Amino acid sequence: MQLKMTVNGKTFEADVPSRLNLADCIRHEMDLTGTHVACEHGVCGACTVLVNGEAVRSCLMLAVQANGQSVLTVEGLSDDDELSALQASFRKHNALQCGFCTPGFITTAHALLTKEPHCDEDRIREVLSGNLCRCTGYVPIVQAVLDARVAYQQVGAQ
Amino acid sequence: MKSTDFNYISPTSLEEAIQILDQHEGEVKIISGGQSLMPILNYRLASPQLLVDLQAIPSLSQVSITPSGTTLGARVRWVDIELHQGLRDAQPLLCAAIDHVAHYQIRNRGTVGGSLAHADPAAEMPGLAVALEGVLHLQGPQGLRHVKAVDFFLGQLSTSIASNEILVAIDLPFWPHDRRWGFTEFSRRKGDFALAGAAVWFDLSASGVASNVHIGLIGTGEKPMRLVSAEAKLNDQILSETLIQNVTLDCLSAMSFQGDIHASEKYRRALMLEMISKSFAQALHHI
Amino acid sequence: MAQPILKPIERQRKNVGSPKERVEDLRFLRGKGIYVDDVKKEDVLHVSILRSPIAHGLIKSIQTDEAKKLPGVVAILTAKDVVDLCGSVPLIPIRLHHNPILDSYKQPVIASDKVRFVGEAIALVVAKTPAIAEDAMGLIELDIESLEVAADIQTALTNEVKLFSDPRGNSPLSYQSKKGNAQLVFDNAAYTRKEKFVIQRISAMTMETRGVLAQWKSESQELFVFGAAKVPFWNRAALANMLAMEKDHVQLIENDVGGSFGARGEFYTEDFLIPFAAKTLGATIKWIEDRLEHLTSMNQARDCDAQVEIACDREGRILGFRGHMNYDLGAYPRTNGLVAPRNITQFLTGPYKVENVDISCDIVFTNKTPSGTLRAPGRFESNFFCERLLELAAKDLGIDPVEIRRKNVLTPRDMPYPFPTISPSLIDHTADTECDSGDYRETLERCVKDFKWHELQHLQGQMVDGVYHGLGLSCFIEGGSAGPRENAKLRLDKDGLITFSVGSTSVGQGVETVLTQIAADELDIEMSDIVMLHGSTTLLHEGWGSYHSRSTVMGGSAVTNATDLFKEEIRLRASAVLKCDPSQVSVSAGLATSSQGGSVSWNELVNSTPIEVMGTFASHHHTYAYGCAAAHVSVDPKTGRIKVLDYLVVEDVGRAINPLTVHGQLVGGTVQGMSGTLLEHIVHDQQGQLLTGSLADYLIATATDFPVIRAVVLEQHPSPLNPLGAKGAGEGGTICVGGAIGNAVANALGSLNLEPTSLPLSPMRVWEMIHGV
Repeated sequence: MQLKMTVNGKTFEADVPSRLNLADCIRHEMDLTGTHVACEHGVCGACTVLVNGEAVRSCLMLAVQANGQSVLTVEGLSDDDELSALQASFRKHNALQCGFCTPGFITTAHALLTKEPHCDEDRIREVLSGNLCRCTGYVPIVQAVLDARVAYQQVGAQ
Repeated sequence: MKSTDFNYISPTSLEEAIQILDQHEGEVKIISGGQSLMPILNYRLASPQLLVDLQAIPSLSQVSITPSGTTLGARVRWVDIELHQGLRDAQPLLCAAIDHVAHYQIRNRGTVGGSLAHADPAAEMPGLAVALEGVLHLQGPQGLRHVKAVDFFLGQLSTSIASNEILVAIDLPFWPHDRRWGFTEFSRRKGDFALAGAAVWFDLSASGVASNVHIGLIGTGEKPMRLVSAEAKLNDQILSETLIQNVTLDCLSAMSFQGDIHASEKYRRALMLEMISKSFAQALHHI
Repeated sequence: MAQPILKPIERQRKNVGSPKERVEDLRFLRGKGIYVDDVKKEDVLHVSILRSPIAHGLIKSIQTDEAKKLPGVVAILTAKDVVDLCGSVPLIPIRLHHNPILDSYKQPVIASDKVRFVGEAIALVVAKTPAIAEDAMGLIELDIESLEVAADIQTALTNEVKLFSDPRGNSPLSYQSKKGNAQLVFDNAAYTRKEKFVIQRISAMTMETRGVLAQWKSESQELFVFGAAKVPFWNRAALANMLAMEKDHVQLIENDVGGSFGARGEFYTEDFLIPFAAKTLGATIKWIEDRLEHLTSMNQARDCDAQVEIACDREGRILGFRGHMNYDLGAYPRTNGLVAPRNITQFLTGPYKVENVDISCDIVFTNKTPSGTLRAPGRFESNFFCERLLELAAKDLGIDPVEIRRKNVLTPRDMPYPFPTISPSLIDHTADTECDSGDYRETLERCVKDFKWHELQHLQGQMVDGVYHGLGLSCFIEGGSAGPRENAKLRLDKDGLITFSVGSTSVGQGVETVLTQIAADELDIEMSDIVMLHGSTTLLHEGWGSYHSRSTVMGGSAVTNATDLFKEEIRLRASAVLKCDPSQVSVSAGLATSSQGGSVSWNELVNSTPIEVMGTFASHHHTYAYGCAAAHVSVDPKTGRIKVLDYLVVEDVGRAINPLTVHGQLVGGTVQGMSGTLLEHIVHDQQGQLLTGSLADYLIATATDFPVIRAVVLEQHPSPLNPLGAKGAGEGGTICVGGAIGNAVANALGSLNLEPTSLPLSPMRVWEMIHGV
């Protein structure tokens, strides 16, 4: 089936099988392997991408459902040389260890902070409860997202 | 865990979608938000030949609040309910319960219609539909028919929808401002399916007598239902914690519950009692 | 026993001891990590593995004709094809604590006549895409004659259903640890108490599932295998042996690894099957485990029962422990399957001074997924048994729980303190092991103080707002730094970059950063001037890897040795140029300077010939980090729900090379322990069928479950056993959780006289305990 979508600002066009899910499409048709697949049944959040600014589980979307939509993956959140404020905050707080869940947390937190730059700790925990991490115990991730709010507040204020 | 192969179509009108359902040989599945269907496909628990996507059909995503009640289009998402100005006043019990549904990412895709059609007895929406006496709109080749929620749900993952019909909306009756309500559910972790949940509402006269008592149960195992026997015993009574407890315990003891690895029958019953008690307590203390 | 004396190097340190941000993070945060499924190769074929749908059976036939006809299917391989290449079906060797008794129990790399667990590999479907391979799998007709199933310890012990033909039956091996005279002590003690305990089966549930990508290069007859982890050198040797190839023609490449916790990286059947398929078909073959496979075929753990007894004097001094455990290892002994039952036997006494011990543990095979190590193997279990028993003793004797621990924990005058000798111990250098250093009272006192333990006692066992409150303690030791050795090569080329190649592997613990910190300080250069390569067999002739919390100590000490050898070489070369004696040359920050005058840069010294030295560090002595945890819980009697209101763990790690990462290990390990104590449960039915086959059923902790976790890292007592003074510290957080939470729940329910002795403490099980169901 014909698919045309925007991914990280660039147009992607291909003929893809109907059953190809968006996560596999991003990873294998587009070579953007930052989005990770870890459960394929919508529980772990490692595959989270933004579709039209909303965080979604890309393993639960068909690639063809993204036709005409705009997709943002973790690769689209920083340019090659610099870490974004959110990413730098993760690094500062040691909010990652093996790194496999990390892109999913980054995209989810980015979506949350973009929409709710003044969210509190309870809200952050609530939203992040949809992403599984086996290494960090979540404490530093929540700290990192709390600390990163100020960067999103400044953007909002502009 | 890749799904089996299927064809995919995204019709742009309801008529086109129904025609496809009516005429297609072989198994067809409708995909709305996909949050329930996609795991099923990935686990190969279903192998449809064709997927019909509702996403391009206009006017399925409306929330309509009128003096006669609220209508939710089938494609209304959990996040739409969360963010809708006015819905929290118009349907407070609905909104309080929907706050418990799933997680952030799923709430951006999962829909009212998808959840109702999927009919998982542990999900909030089917339970609410029954508790709130919702009426479902089913569109088929012969036109539109209305089905009461209590008649729609037949059993676990089973409804009375025909294979050539599409669930397009649900009506919820008008909710008076001073109605008392409570919603409590018990799940292992935030966002998990409920092991037991209770949606309770009633009206209170000036003298404190209850009427219109509704006790909706989520997670009994079979299908969403109301604890009708308890409702009958509590109507026209002044509700006290003791009365509620005794009546509920009696009626729950007469019911059977499904046991599984997460909750045995006895435990589920005990949880249900606690959920109902807590929901009544919330209802009685609301101002 | 003789103690090697290695004084920790005390110098002004720029990087070591500093909470450096990790170098790994730069790629992980941007989605630029390369995990095995991200490795790009041409013409890759994909594998789907047909696995046994029943737990015990005889394979009658495998019909693949229909499946082979499906467009896109390239081949379907079974045991027959393995025998064609190898002569027989290879058996997976046992890496740790092998015993010849187990030779007839070893796991075949593919099922040929018998299957012994749901998930056992039977056939490989090789196809153009993973989806087609899975489609073809559905077309294979499998005829298996069902046999009776032994799905639990008790059934297996009757031997009515035998998994193997060996006359020893399902429980062929037993561990014992003895010290002093337990019989005498128990006969005469003023107080004894016996209890039964049960711990549930859990899964490592790494975020990244397993994966293997194997590439056969026919021109050079070489095999390259990607996705290696944990112990690549051992795995390479095992694989080469199975394929009758020279070791140097088989390379295991370590990419980024999404968690191990002891389970990823041990040699699995797929670690043979995928390279075998590549060689047989002359192709590049990839297999990525899906989550359902992960829950059926990745190493599981814990699953044991125990009957243990404590003996004390009237003042609460522990006189002895004795008892018996059964450890369920699933259907086969894994490469590291014996570690947990062995550890549970040797380390039951934990951080306490106990002079009389008589413990035994039987291994038991059942028709379930084979088990291996999982973070704190045997140590989590023994801590639960020991701490619960000690708490019961305190209660029965009317002794304060802090006081009874203070009386019994090891102190500096006890050091080094020997554990009981474990037997059998054929190739086990730590059959005798001893606690190296420390004052275990310090962490207890610090924990009690920071937790405000005494100030909170008024809540102990009280009902407040409908829930019972309870506080519990757990003291623990963490054995780490397993030997025997680690290697670190250092190379300086004329490009000016110092490149290390170390045998340590990364499982997400920050090994690149920690080793770079150590190297940077030894050489007085910037961390950014160092490249730290690790894990792959292409880097070194021999290495060991990451397990038993050893990378910082073993890898770090090998790196230190490499820098010493490097500086020697620099001195030698500089002395020729500067015309002085090597002993007159000081080496630092890119320069070699003579005390007689003159200096030369390292780059000038390697202009024509690179410097390459091989550092190494050998040790058979384990280090013992130690600590104490305190928990405050509430228990809702109406629902059984436990909430962890506050939790503090204090651990003395000897020396923290990177306080940021070691703190992270402590917090992460704690939450993993919480998850294993309260949420996780791999459930099999009586037919050995897995009932928890999705993440909706197998529950791990999320961000809302344990929001209050506090951790304190102390460095009061460095280890004398390595030049860093460090102690392995990746598992301590996990070890003490069962004990701390178990004790807190027991104290919460004190008025009901209930003693939790079995995990998990799920709401239903707690409710059943309270309501006598």
